[in-house]
Amino acid sequence: MQTKIIKCTINGIPTTTVVDVRASLTDMLRNDYRLTSVKKGCEVGECGACNVIIDGECYNSCIYLAVWAEGKSIRTLESLLGPNGELSDIQQAFVDEAAVQCGFCTPGFIMSAVEILESGKLYTREELKKLLSGHLCRCTGYENILNAVEKTMKKRLGV
Amino acid sequence: MYDIKAIYEANSVEEAVTLLMAHPKAKIIAGGSDVLIQMREGRLAGSELVSIYGIDALRGVSMDDDGTLRILPLTSFSHITRDPLINKYIKVLGEAVDMVGGPQIRNIGTIGGNVSNGVTSADSASTLTAYEAVMEYTGPEGVRRVPIKDHYISAGKTALTHEELLTAILIPKESYENCFGHYIKYAMRNAMDIATTGCSVNVVLSDDKKMIERARIGYGVAGPIPMRAYSAEAAAKGKSVSNETVMEFANAALNDVNPRTSWRATKEFRVQLAHELAKRALTQAIILAGGEL
Repeated sequence: MQTKIIKCTINGIPTTTVVDVRASLTDMLRNDYRLTSVKKGCEVGECGACNVIIDGECYNSCIYLAVWAEGKSIRTLESLLGPNGELSDIQQAFVDEAAVQCGFCTPGFIMSAVEILESGKLYTREELKKLLSGHLCRCTGYENILNAVEKTMKKRLGV
Repeated sequence: MYDIKAIYEANSVEEAVTLLMAHPKAKIIAGGSDVLIQMREGRLAGSELVSIYGIDALRGVSMDDDGTLRILPLTSFSHITRDPLINKYIKVLGEAVDMVGGPQIRNIGTIGGNVSNGVTSADSASTLTAYEAVMEYTGPEGVRRVPIKDHYISAGKTALTHEELLTAILIPKESYENCFGHYIKYAMRNAMDIATTGCSVNVVLSDDKKMIERARIGYGVAGPIPMRAYSAEAAAKGKSVSNETVMEFANAALNDVNPRTSWRATKEFRVQLAHELAKRALTQAIILAGGEL
């Protein structure tokens, strides 16, 4: 088995991991760090359930090799929780808007929402649809997800 | 876990070439949004990989001294779309690659990978074909330049040898200067889909905006490889800016296209698309260039 030592930052904590070079970043985050918000859905980069933020941009971690994480800063949904497990505003909005049904797509959607919210820009509903188009949800019909992201965006921007 | 036999990581172009020479069966992996999927499907299962993803020297867009636009192959689709030089000189390319997959795919997918896999449906390919891009390959013998029409050999096959990699995509100044282009992707969904047919048209109009000095058209999925429609270009060259010219252009395009029936669409539907998209893309390109129809 070919392995490699990978140093990267995961949710703000510097880590050193011995990874199997065949591992995806999803494998590493779930198996080595028990970050189970990173879901295994399609595993071919289509459904967005494994979405994480790497150096400020969203990636499907299922089609990102773990060896490429060297030197990178990775954020998963777990990083959004407060010190006592409090939900962040975007997570609470998903609850309030009933944007969660089975919940499998939710962490991926929320990480894309985090990238959208942190851009500090005000997007139209149509733009939000495009920005969230890399995620599949089979329960909600998307409307409540869009409502949650749009409301949080407007709240943060004070409009 | 992927079924990878071994992975060799290159940190420079020279290292990548050396690794390719040392491993005659290895496949190049850039962003991996094709290679890893094919590995999962089984087509590339058990392969050795040379990863070039870590070569930061192959990222970015710049301009050579002679005005040639130099697009480095590992630039992601989303970075192409946001790049100021692309927006200024070849905006249509940024718009075209903004239609690839979804946001996360556009962050990992690279423009070099999009043209190195030799796929006709690649969203960047029809625009690069229509702009007569020049591919710069680097291999053991050094650097060579290949016009895009000679880059594509057959479905899935390019002129790259096993030991070469694409190290730049060049857009000559005379190609982009005063030139305005429009790309239309026809697909079943707005996101996460592959083009049924794609069409990219660009024009240079006369100073008074009344005459088409040059029109170029590139298609994806109108044949086994991305292609120009030279009959259409000839039908518009030197003609007045008018709806008649647009129709003659679209009619002439049908002399050149050769689509096939696949599970996505029939040949007949693709022929209709080739006609309709040529018409609409030329109309939009003329409007962008300041012409009136």
